[in-house]
Amino acid sequence: MSATAPAPAPSPQRPEKAADERLLKTSPLKKFLGRPELGSVVGAVAVFLFFAIVADSFLRASSLATVLYAASTIGIMAVPVALLMIGGEFDLSAGVMVTTSALISSMFSYQMTANVWVGVGVSLLATLAIGVFNGVMLIRTDPPSFIITLGTFLMLTGANLGFTKLISETVSTKSISDMEGFSSAKEVFASTITIGDVDFKITIVWWLAMVAVATWILLRTRAGNWIFAVGGGEQAARAVGVPVGRTKIGLYMGVAFGAWVSGQHLLFNYDVVQSGEGVGNELIYIIAAVIGGCLITGGYGSAVGAAVGALIFGMTSKGIVYAEWNPDWFKFFLGAMLLLATLLNAWVRKRAEATK
Amino acid sequence: MGAVLVAVLGVSLAGCSSTGGKRAEDARKAQQAQGRAAVNTPRWTFAMITHSGDGDTFWDIVQSGAKQAAVKDNIKFLYSHHDEAQQQAQLVDAAIDKKVDGIIVTLAKPDAMKAAVARATKAGIPVITVNSGSAESKKFGALTHIGQDETIAGEAVGEELNKRGRKKALCVLHEQGNVGHEQRCEGAEKTFDGDMQNLYVEGTNMPDVQSSIEAKLQSDKDIDAVVTLGAPFADTAVKAKDGAGSKAEIATFDLNEKVAGGLKSGTLGFAVDQQPYLQGYEAVDLLWLYKYNADVLGGGKPVLTGPQIITKDQAAELEEYAKRGTR
Repeated sequence: MSATAPAPAPSPQRPEKAADERLLKTSPLKKFLGRPELGSVVGAVAVFLFFAIVADSFLRASSLATVLYAASTIGIMAVPVALLMIGGEFDLSAGVMVTTSALISSMFSYQMTANVWVGVGVSLLATLAIGVFNGVMLIRTDPPSFIITLGTFLMLTGANLGFTKLISETVSTKSISDMEGFSSAKEVFASTITIGDVDFKITIVWWLAMVAVATWILLRTRAGNWIFAVGGGEQAARAVGVPVGRTKIGLYMGVAFGAWVSGQHLLFNYDVVQSGEGVGNELIYIIAAVIGGCLITGGYGSAVGAAVGALIFGMTSKGIVYAEWNPDWFKFFLGAMLLLATLLNAWVRKRAEATK
Repeated sequence: MGAVLVAVLGVSLAGCSSTGGKRAEDARKAQQAQGRAAVNTPRWTFAMITHSGDGDTFWDIVQSGAKQAAVKDNIKFLYSHHDEAQQQAQLVDAAIDKKVDGIIVTLAKPDAMKAAVARATKAGIPVITVNSGSAESKKFGALTHIGQDETIAGEAVGEELNKRGRKKALCVLHEQGNVGHEQRCEGAEKTFDGDMQNLYVEGTNMPDVQSSIEAKLQSDKDIDAVVTLGAPFADTAVKAKDGAGSKAEIATFDLNEKVAGGLKSGTLGFAVDQQPYLQGYEAVDLLWLYKYNADVLGGGKPVLTGPQIITKDQAAELEEYAKRGTR
C-alpha cells in the first residue's frame, strides 16, 4: 500500500425505494467474480502456463490428451464428491468403491458366464446399494459421515481382497475379454476417439457430461436448492421442509454412480482388475473438490470447480513428468498447491463478497 | 593423502565419531564406479517406469544400476513410478508423448500395461521389461525381459529349506494383492517337503508386521522356518522370533545392508537375491545395444538375474556392496 491511498469510490446511488437486494440485476462479470470456481480457474491457468514454460513437451497435442485423460479419471469422481461436500458430508469409501464396482462386474460376468452387460448392470445396482447404505446409516444413526464412511472404506477394502481371493483364487480377477458384450462395453467405457492424429479417451466425454448434469442439478433444479440448503444449515433446511434424508441418500448414490463409471472404465480398459487398488484415492477426489472451491463445511461450491480441480491435478501429476523432475517431490508439490488453491479461493471469495 | 589427513584430523577432534556416519559413506562413495561416457553415440533419452510405491529401497538399487549404465552409455535417464496400474500406464503414455528413445517398464500388472506397451512399440520406441512380467513380455512386443522368475525363485527357497532339514515353514506376504508374491510362496510350497503356511501382514505398518508374526509363532511352536518376501521384513521377523521365544530360522527374499549383516552374524539363515542392480544396468545397456547395433539378448526368452542363494559364506563381501547401495 502506498501512503496516498486513493479515495474510496463513491457508493452507487441507492434507488428511491429500497428494492429487494435479491432482485437486483448484477452484471455478468460481477456474477463470474462471485462464482466459487473462480479461484481454481485462475489457479488452472497459472499451472498451465507454468508447465507450458518449463516443460517443452507439455504443449504437444498428445501430451494434452494424456493430461485430459488423467484429469478425467479423477474428475468423474470429483464431481459427485463435490456435490456431496456441498451437501455437507464426506465419503471416504469413494476410492475403494471404484475397485469394488469393477470387481463385481468382472467376477459376476465370469462366474455366471453371463453376457458382460449383465455384470455391468449388477455392478450398477450393487454399487448404488453401497451408496444407499452410506446414506441410510448416516441419517438413521448419530455419528458423522466421516466416521461412517471410514467404516465402509475399511469394510470394502477387506471385502475387495477377501471376495476376490475366495472367488478367483488369486488377488486379481480373471480375463473377460473373450466374453460376449465385452467389445461393446469397451466402446462405451474405455474407447478412444481419434481427432486428427490425437487419441482422446472416452472418459473425457463422461467427465464433461457429469459436469454438465451436476451443474444443471445445482443451479436449475429444486434438488440443487435442497443440496445447498442441507449443506448450509441442516436444521434450518429441515424447518422449511427440505427432505434432508432423501437429499443426502441421493448424494451418496451420486458418488456411487461415479464410482460405477470409473470402475467400469478400469475394468474395460485393462480387462483385469487388481483387488488391492483404489485406497487413498478418496482423498484425491476431496482435494480436487476443495481446490475447485468447495468448502469443507458444506453449503458452498460448484461442479465446474471440482472439474477444474481435477484438471489442475492432472496437469500437475503429468506436468512433473514432462518437466523431467524427480517424482519424489510430487506429493510435496501437491500439498503446496492445495494450500495455495485454498488460500486463493478464500481471498477471491472475500473480494467477491466485499464488492456485493 | 588428503583423505588420510582428514581422517587424522577427524579422529583427533573431540566429539567426532571415528566410525560410520557421513564420512564413512563418502569414503565408500569414492570407491564406487563413476566416470564419463565410454561411447560417443548420440545422447539418447531412456525412460524407466516402475510399479514401485514411494520410497522403496529395492528400486533405489535398480535405479543406481540404471544410472551407472546411463553414464557409461551417454544416456539421459528418466525415472518415474506409481503403484497403481492406471497411473503407471499414464506415466508410460507421458514417456511416449515425450518421444523418448527407449522405454523400460515393469509388468507387475500386465493387463493394465498391455495397451501402453503396444502404443510405445507402435510409435517405434523399443521397450524392455524388467523385474516382473516374464510371461507377458514377448507377447506385448518387448525386446527382452530382464528379471527373476518368481516361481523359480520360490522353488529355490523350498529346496534350500529341505537342505536345511526344516519341517514347518511360514511364508509372510506383506502386500495383499501382489501376484508375484503369491507366486513366490506357491513355488516354495511346491518344492518344500514339509508343511508351508501363508501369513498376510500389512507391509506399510512395521509394528503390525512384527506383532502378526510374533502371534503366529507363539500360537504354533512347531514352525521352524520363516520366509519373508522383502529385505526390510527380515529384520522385523528376527525381532518377532525373539519376542515369541521361537527357534525358527529366518530366510528372506532380496538383500540389503541389514540382511547381509544378519547373514554374516548368523541371525538369518539365507537370502534369495535377484540382483536388482543388474536389472537396471542391463536394461539400459541392452536398449543402448539395440539402438546402436540392433542387438537383442535372450533369444526370445527372459534373461534371468536370479535366484541367487546367499549364505554366510558370501555375506561379508556383499555387506560392503549393500552398504553402498548396489546390492
